[in-house]
Amino acid sequence: MGEELKLFRTWSSRYALRVVHALKIKDLEYETIFEDIKNKSTSLLEYNPIHKKVPVLVHNGKPICESLVILEYIDEIWKQSPLLPQDPYEKAMARFWAKFGDDKVMPSIWSVFISQRKDQEEAIAQAAGNLKFLEEQLTGKKFFGGETIGYLDIAFGWVANLISILEEIADLKLVDAEIFPLLSAWMNNFSDHPVINECWPPRDKMVEKFKAMREPYVEKVA
Amino acid sequence: MADEVVLLDCYYSMFGMRARVALAEKGVEYEFREENLANKSQFLLEMNPIHKKIPVLIHNGKPICESLIIVEYIDEVWKDKSPLLPSDSYQRAQARFWADVIDKKVSVAGKGIWSTKGEDQETAKKEMIDALKLLEGELGDKRYFGGDDFGFVDVALIPFYCWFHVYETFGNFSIEENCPKLIKWAKKCMEKESVSKSLADPNKVYEFIVGMRKMYYGLE
Repeated sequence: MGEELKLFRTWSSRYALRVVHALKIKDLEYETIFEDIKNKSTSLLEYNPIHKKVPVLVHNGKPICESLVILEYIDEIWKQSPLLPQDPYEKAMARFWAKFGDDKVMPSIWSVFISQRKDQEEAIAQAAGNLKFLEEQLTGKKFFGGETIGYLDIAFGWVANLISILEEIADLKLVDAEIFPLLSAWMNNFSDHPVINECWPPRDKMVEKFKAMREPYVEKVA
Repeated sequence: MADEVVLLDCYYSMFGMRARVALAEKGVEYEFREENLANKSQFLLEMNPIHKKIPVLIHNGKPICESLIIVEYIDEVWKDKSPLLPSDSYQRAQARFWADVIDKKVSVAGKGIWSTKGEDQETAKKEMIDALKLLEGELGDKRYFGGDDFGFVDVALIPFYCWFHVYETFGNFSIEENCPKLIKWAKKCMEKESVSKSLADPNKVYEFIVGMRKMYYGLE
């Protein structure tokens, strides 16, 4: 039976990128609909009336929203190249760390990016503490998923993609290879993986976009 | 080999209640350990060093944290009785989506209602009513969110029912007036022993929050 898969995304959404990676790993064909956040399509608003956000995966006309929910759905329907571990405890751990990434790590990195001086110093300490947990999770592993890329690697994709961009703009180093050797190595291994790097959004456009987002928070030098 | 199951929890926590309801649904025997959140035990800090929060489910010595993750774990391990998540993948995705909506909207609004005042409180109240109406819409004419059977979304939401008295009193509004179907659903859930034995007494929750407001938020 022909499967109809559509992905509503924006070119830069780190959440949508998770779904792009998962679909690529599973070797699935799909149609991409790029959304303009300032002018959302009627279809997007119909498929995701509650949050009105990307990504939305539409499978045979039925929408699934929220990137981590979509990842689990994809993994359940298409069994090749499994993303989540089979063992319930390992699965629970993967879900826990993905949630930690979204709830704590990302906001703490963002705080570093938009703050300055003393506030930024405090934000850096907080972010470093969070990153240390990630570093520990990589002990004895190439990827969070073990030997191959899995759910948690995809969930942390933004760490590999976005952090160096934010570091460049804010002119600081958060993931120092000396302090976070495993995380740094993971960022390279993940980024270099063909399934991943073929889907990276263009770096120059990302720098431009995040520079503009930082503008309102940064004091102008007289 | 017998399973060793411990739940680190706090009587008033709606998140802890989710775990209690799920364990009761599955008929799992476990040790309930009450934590004093103002003076957390060394054991809790060891079992959940990242968030230092309850609930924590400890199964044969291994900790699982975050209430919805705990409920999914319980559902997967004790899969032979009372399945909470549907077997259809699309329905499972919908159940996970709605549980997330409850966390993003109901939980946040609820805290706002009892811990703020003035405009902030009014905003929280409006957000709570909107969120509950959204959920009522999703419930539709079904007996439970899970359809004919009590399920994952029901487990995720029903603990908030014992907090409704707090929200209604401090927010000065009636949830039943706004969402009559939801109250009907909640009463149906409360007929289940797994629910009625797991939820806190609304009056005790209210007393607890009166104390919290004074101590931490300077509110009478």
